[in-house]
Amino acid sequence: MQLFLQNIVNAMQWGSFYALIALGYSMVYSILMLFNFAHGDIFMVGSYIGFGVATALLGLTAAFNLPLPGWIILVMTIILAMFLTSFVGMFIERVGYRPLRDAPRASAAITGLMIGIILETGNLALLGAERLSFPALIDTVTFQVGGIYLTNKKILIVVVSLALMSALHLFIQKSKYGMAMRAMSYDFQAVPLMGISINKIAPLTFAIGSGLAAAAGILYSLAYPVLDPYMGVLLGWKAFVAAILGGRGSILGAALAGFLLGFIEIFSVWIFPSTFRDVIAYSVILLILAFRPHGFFGQAHSTQLRL
Amino acid sequence: MNYSESETKAKKFAVPESFIACIVVITLVVSLGIAADSLAFGRRTIIRIGINAPITGDIPKVGEGTKYAALMWLADIEKNNGIEVNGKKYPVELVIEDNESKAESAVKANTKMITEDEVLFIVGPQSSKQAVPAGDVANNYHTPMISPWSTNPDTTSRRPYVFRGCFLDPFQGPVLANFITEEFKFAKAAVLYDVSSDYPKGLAEFFKQAWEKSHGPGSLVAFESFTTKDTDFSSQLSKIIKSGAQVLFVPQYYNEVALIVQQAHELGWQGPIVGSDSWGSAETVNLCGKDCYGQFFSTHYAAAGAKGATKAFIDRYQKEHGYVPDDVAALTWDSLGLVRNAIENCGRITGRIKKDREAVRDAMAKIKNFNGITGNMTFTEEGDPIKCAVIVRISDKGEYEFYKSVCPE
Repeated sequence: MQLFLQNIVNAMQWGSFYALIALGYSMVYSILMLFNFAHGDIFMVGSYIGFGVATALLGLTAAFNLPLPGWIILVMTIILAMFLTSFVGMFIERVGYRPLRDAPRASAAITGLMIGIILETGNLALLGAERLSFPALIDTVTFQVGGIYLTNKKILIVVVSLALMSALHLFIQKSKYGMAMRAMSYDFQAVPLMGISINKIAPLTFAIGSGLAAAAGILYSLAYPVLDPYMGVLLGWKAFVAAILGGRGSILGAALAGFLLGFIEIFSVWIFPSTFRDVIAYSVILLILAFRPHGFFGQAHSTQLRL
Repeated sequence: MNYSESETKAKKFAVPESFIACIVVITLVVSLGIAADSLAFGRRTIIRIGINAPITGDIPKVGEGTKYAALMWLADIEKNNGIEVNGKKYPVELVIEDNESKAESAVKANTKMITEDEVLFIVGPQSSKQAVPAGDVANNYHTPMISPWSTNPDTTSRRPYVFRGCFLDPFQGPVLANFITEEFKFAKAAVLYDVSSDYPKGLAEFFKQAWEKSHGPGSLVAFESFTTKDTDFSSQLSKIIKSGAQVLFVPQYYNEVALIVQQAHELGWQGPIVGSDSWGSAETVNLCGKDCYGQFFSTHYAAAGAKGATKAFIDRYQKEHGYVPDDVAALTWDSLGLVRNAIENCGRITGRIKKDREAVRDAMAKIKNFNGITGNMTFTEEGDPIKCAVIVRISDKGEYEFYKSVCPE
């Protein structure tokens, strides 16, 4: 029982990353009907930007002798990095996807792959292959509740992820831009005729998706403080699986499927020998897809953005 | 030009025929000999040494150490105006290829260096993941290769052209198992390793064998694995902690070591964590921080407390590159020293690469009691050196302290 609860805690943390990254895939898909395969690498860029911001802030506070507590720096890092990374997302949309908007979908899909490779190798060329160690902005506090080990970081990661997802939900349901996005996902052809410009909504979607990826990147770096240029590849693929599993274009589905993927991975290690983790985890997902080919919330003929 | 063949022909002529014929033939042979010699001199045989190193990829620090050690070795040779063989000095060139820490790229790099660059000897690749397949290429092309750091037995096994500069996993496994038994008097151990990489997998299995041999079956209470690029080990570690293990053995590379040790502590692990020589990089402590202080690992040499030639090497490396060299740099240095020794004693460099490769390989196999900075080395028939292992403790300042030396019986 103790191990069961401990693994729930482990899975909550691990699933948060999948969920936050899967949201980015899903949002872009619902607007542009394409999967932005560079998304995993945007997550990586977000972590590196977070690293840069955190290092700069630490340097500044040291230079001016400001005794700022670590958590304030962390909050500032998350906000600034989300902001900066959203520009990276918008830039990618502008140079990578907009010229290909009317091109065959396959061309747009490989654009994503190529941008991903450019981001990885560009980073490699710029910063070298050496691993970076993300600064420990807050001290890890470990405490024990009924035999389960928790850390302040784990709680922070799950709470911040859930808060960001709720904020996104509110934004899409309540704001004017959110309404425009929902409309756009409902009918890609007719909505521009109503005076909503795709050239505004698409960059906005990329900005939000990239911002979430940056937040995921910083939270991830808190838990796993070793940064490398290829950190986003595998995580991006798996989050892509989550986005499909949730139902293409469904935000809620992507979030739920992200957590589910984390649970399946963690629990298959608990129950079976760890060597078989991915074999079992992804067989389970294949099985789910066999029964629900459109994912949890996807529909056969619609790309509706559902919440 | 084959000198001896012409000479026998000359004798055949000379015996039945007149004295003049004999002189003519001898003159011819001598002048041909001089011509051949001056021809070879005109080409100026250059000795090319190939370096197959992970400059980019998962373990770039290892590639950097390899490269720096190789460049220092080259600087020494250039100061000496080349390597002296049979009274003649030959200039040396390094061909450095990046294997991106991937098996396929290491194989490609070896093939390129052997067939295009015509290297005499290959140093590297470092980790077993690349050295095992790359060694096959070198052996097939009859090109001598020495892997300074690969501890997996398959690298040299049944490959007369492949050598190594370090001890093997089957030796390191029992050494660590015995060390834990004697030092901590523990009875229950756990292992966490990467199942998709040759080195950790091999070492995990040798450790398991040795541990169960001395503590009985079932004494290894958890044998958990993950795959390369994983960063979350919480589920495996929860299982290990629950299993009641007293010590955790992690035969991983530095980026994973940092994550595993930190996560283990966050999940409430309190026992010691013991590692293998792959911990020996300077990066381990940089990435892992305080969590790694007080842990032990087995390795090839310890920088803190070094004496003599070892200290001279460490000081020089530190002066040139700004940090204390790790074991990869020291082993690469020794391997290149062995290569130099073999070339110097190969008899004669003919300029014909296939023949020279054979001669150097034979000279390498004959090396006895080479006095390296990582210890004395004598090659076995398999091309593995007999040498001692060092147990290192990571001090409370994050330095690698010599703790104990363990030699093979």
